[in-house]
Amino acid sequence: MAILRYAFFRLLTMLATLVVVSALIFVIINLPPGDYLSNQINELRATGQEAGVAKAEFLRQEYALDRPIWEQYLIWMGFSEGPQGFSGMLQGDFGWSFEFDEPVADIVGEALWLTVLVNLAAVLFVYAVALPLGVLAAAKSKTWVDYTSAFVGYLGLATPNFLLALILFYYGHKYLNLPIGGLMDPVYEGEPMSFDKMWSILVHLIIPTFVIGTSGAAGMMQRLRANMLDELAKPYVETALAKGMAPPAMLKKYPLRVAFNPFVADIGTLLPALVSGSVLVSVVLGLQTIGPVLLQALKSQDQFLAGFVLMFVALLTLFGTLISDVLLALLDPRIRFGGRAK
Amino acid sequence: MSILPDGRFVDDAPYTGEDISEIRDKDLDVPNWRLVFRRFRQHKLGLASAIFLLLSYFMLPFAGFLSPYTPNERNAFHLYAPPQMVRLFHEGEFIGPYVYPITAEVDQVNFRWIYEQDRKNPAKLSFFCEGGKYNLLGFIPSDTHLVCAPEGATVFFWGSDRLGRDVFSRIMYGAQLSLTVGLVGITVSFLIGIILGSIAGYFGGFLDWIINRVIEILRSLPELPLWLALSAAVPSHWGPVSVFFIISIILGILDWPGLARAVRSKFLSLREEEFVKAAEMMGAKPSRVIRKHLLPNFLSHLIASATLSIPAMILGETALSFLGLGLRAPAVSWGVMLNDAQNLASIEIYPWTAIPMLPIIVVVLAFNFFGDGLRDALDPNRA
Repeated sequence: MAILRYAFFRLLTMLATLVVVSALIFVIINLPPGDYLSNQINELRATGQEAGVAKAEFLRQEYALDRPIWEQYLIWMGFSEGPQGFSGMLQGDFGWSFEFDEPVADIVGEALWLTVLVNLAAVLFVYAVALPLGVLAAAKSKTWVDYTSAFVGYLGLATPNFLLALILFYYGHKYLNLPIGGLMDPVYEGEPMSFDKMWSILVHLIIPTFVIGTSGAAGMMQRLRANMLDELAKPYVETALAKGMAPPAMLKKYPLRVAFNPFVADIGTLLPALVSGSVLVSVVLGLQTIGPVLLQALKSQDQFLAGFVLMFVALLTLFGTLISDVLLALLDPRIRFGGRAK
Repeated sequence: MSILPDGRFVDDAPYTGEDISEIRDKDLDVPNWRLVFRRFRQHKLGLASAIFLLLSYFMLPFAGFLSPYTPNERNAFHLYAPPQMVRLFHEGEFIGPYVYPITAEVDQVNFRWIYEQDRKNPAKLSFFCEGGKYNLLGFIPSDTHLVCAPEGATVFFWGSDRLGRDVFSRIMYGAQLSLTVGLVGITVSFLIGIILGSIAGYFGGFLDWIINRVIEILRSLPELPLWLALSAAVPSHWGPVSVFFIISIILGILDWPGLARAVRSKFLSLREEEFVKAAEMMGAKPSRVIRKHLLPNFLSHLIASATLSIPAMILGETALSFLGLGLRAPAVSWGVMLNDAQNLASIEIYPWTAIPMLPIIVVVLAFNFFGDGLRDALDPNRA
């Protein structure tokens, strides 16, 4: 029950954070002077197409762009009544994309779960790589295993993601015949899910996952190694070895469990970095995630689209952090019972 | 030999051993920064990185002198020219550094440029010669270059790009922006971080709560989308210099929470110390306690950790410019250059357009090693 109460409390905090974040995002997307529609109206006036102006003016009123910015925010979020009644994020109406002339929900559609998929794959990759390598590097510290992994780790940290993506794409295609670009074969786009489509997505995921995950894995590996080294220097390790425990079993049983805590807690810092990376890599590799949509929307001041994508990205990281917090509480009694001890 | 009343034997001869009036371990009595430097020197990789970084930054004002071309000088007849090798021996004979002139031909089938080397006429490089105009140190007009292209030939050490501009020269010029963006950014982040962190840590209470929440929120958001959104707000009619500063400030604005957190936690533990209480009782104002008594305690550590976040800013600038939302042409930075290498075709056909990634990797690694070495050297608890 304690864990449920804890999770509930964390959920409330997350929602409060989300409200603050939404205000922040709304301010940021409204920073550029003017908005898409006023720019369009000016352009139409300049070219003498008065017919278009009426439509744009209508849209401006329809989406309350003629009101003060705080009112716009409240209407966008669905806290206050707009021209079409309560219809904002809260009610599931994500707004209208002026550039594509379509509802935002229709544009992002499939991109949303593909984004989640790419990031999930990257998180799994980071854990799958960093856990064994970090432990190994600590257990065999100051040997070639340690040095090689440190070298690869440093390179992973220093290489710009997008370049790594391009290079791996090129060589992956040349030597391993991996597909180039996108997250699935074009034939499957918009098709319902099938086994073939799934397979196509999996094959296309290999390189993006690798590219997005590398720097995260490198950082996490270094931290796990440092934690493990701290633990390995403690007397209980010596005791365990002295009583005749096999080193692998000893590693698994004592130091790893202690060093594992920060490993799970780290997801809070890992996720924002991964999401950042996935946006960048998606643009370069043309993955059908929300990355390219965001860039496009920001460049053309398509404010509802940009706002929604930013909100989604924030929600994704906040939700990931929430999950990691709850996992951590499950894993570590000190956190679980921390509140009661006071 | 005499015998003291308590029965001990004492030698009457004068003591002639070592002079005990000398300070023992005199070498430990030097100023603190020399001790730190002594420890830092042992971190070989860190030392090498520090020297490399010093040289790189020292080179910045002289980029114009060191590079054979000016950054936006176009060679219309040498588009996408491959790197030219500098050779010393021509037909077994030493004639000093020279290059083979290259001439372009159009490949009508594949629509690309093919370059032929003229192996008959080696073109010797000239030194301290006249070339395109630039400003030495940013204000002294000059046209002397260390190396320039020989008469009737070109010298593209690392090839030329889409518009026939020399990649090597552009990398030298690009370093001016790419290397300083991190410094400006870290200054911004350092100032905000120290001010907000010390306020939160020293005063506690409601201010602390507010600042802490802000830190938590900013840390939980992905940086790149916010960077993108903020830089999209930069008006397009601004000049390169203002864009450069605003981009560095944007990079710094999202980086301070980590620093502020470190400052805050240090303050929380230090403000209970006796020397702080003493200063307060003598009537020192909070700002004086913070500046004179608290900050000096760990400022060096903050600098070390700040060094470690410069690479993130350099990579951030690269990413932003690469996506077309950071610095824009005619400004030259490594990210702007990589913008040209954005597609697979250029990686495959013109791999040298991706060369700017090398200085990025090297500089980022150097900052990492330097920061690690500095942190180790400053750590008083080091074994």
